[in-house]
Amino acid sequence: MTLSIFTGLLFFGSLTAGLLGALTGLGGGVVLVPLLTVFFHVDIRYAIGVSLISVIATSSGAAAAYVREGFSSVRIGMFLEVATTMGAILGAYLATVVHTQALAIIFGLVLIYSAVVSWQQKKDGGAEVKGHSRWSDKLELSGSYPDREGKPCKYEVENIPGGFGLMFVAGTLSGLLGIGSGAVKVLAMDRVMKVPFKVSTTTSNFMIGVTAAASAGIYLHRGLVAPGLAFPVMLGVLAGSLIGARYLVRAKTAVLRTVFTMVVLALGVEMIVSGVTKWF
Amino acid sequence: MVLENETVENHEHGHFDDRRMETIMGRLLQVGVLLSSFVMISGGLLYMRAHSGETPNYRVFSSEPQRLRHFGGVLEGIETGDPAALIQLAVLLLIATPVARVVFALIAFLIERDKLFVMISAIVLAVLLYGFLRPQ
Repeated sequence: MTLSIFTGLLFFGSLTAGLLGALTGLGGGVVLVPLLTVFFHVDIRYAIGVSLISVIATSSGAAAAYVREGFSSVRIGMFLEVATTMGAILGAYLATVVHTQALAIIFGLVLIYSAVVSWQQKKDGGAEVKGHSRWSDKLELSGSYPDREGKPCKYEVENIPGGFGLMFVAGTLSGLLGIGSGAVKVLAMDRVMKVPFKVSTTTSNFMIGVTAAASAGIYLHRGLVAPGLAFPVMLGVLAGSLIGARYLVRAKTAVLRTVFTMVVLALGVEMIVSGVTKWF
Repeated sequence: MVLENETVENHEHGHFDDRRMETIMGRLLQVGVLLSSFVMISGGLLYMRAHSGETPNYRVFSSEPQRLRHFGGVLEGIETGDPAALIQLAVLLLIATPVARVVFALIAFLIERDKLFVMISAIVLAVLLYGFLRPQ
């Protein structure tokens, strides 16, 4: 395969990964790494390095759209980024000691988990406000967001230590696997801290970029960001996610969503199986 | 503009500027990505021309050359007209984008005289810089 064909295929593959990521709400990285390893036979360490770069691009590229909606909370984001960035540094170090086949297996498990989470997404409505959380005000994490009529809707956060801890795990996974781990971040905010769903998803998007930036430098230092891969993959994922966010998410096609969730599930199983068979 | 109304709604806690701050930060991120994409496209096209006909192989891990892994080396590479160095510059710009966002937030919290969040932003920035500049 010559360079131009390889680059072209990579670009369109990455574009698809970006589209898929936007449609399922899983983010580009989760689909990109298996795509690169399973279909393009790229070493998983290269795939993770280039995926981190794409994750930063998608997160930052989508930022303006999220800001316009007026849901994100810079304070909750910044506070939790203390946990995710530290986790990301730990994850990047762990990546050097974990066997590549083990990386593939962990990745497969995360894929399956993400597919399941995206499947059951948003069953229950907004979090009910119960009791008064002292720390929420002390840490200035309480806030408000515009509701459907544009009126401000107040909220508080609960279980701050639990959310903080889970964010550290999300950061570690991000640094170890080169993914945004948006699913875990939303889980920590929405389910554990009872931050309203809209605020959780938009705030998570900003946090993803900062988290990925913490470990991307380490991957670059290690020589794991290959220029020949970075060029088509970064541009492809960015284009795909922007197109996906603009046209596909609004369509909310349940059938497409189901099919794509199945694809993610299958990729997860494939990564685990190939990881196990190559290891032993 | 439209955003003025939303700013008024965010008055509690005296965070007069949170909404504005987020709007500017959103722009900042967009500009960073745009700039990086532009450098990436130029570098990528030059890279394709320089390496056309070669067969790429990323099956086996072999680390990228030492000189392309740090800022000084990348700048030297650009001076000598190495397209790969241009791609790495785009990568560096991209990594710098969220970092710039944190720097901006730190400044905004300083202006708001919010000591707690100045401290929190400073911690995040320190961790980011550690990841980026840490000694080998």
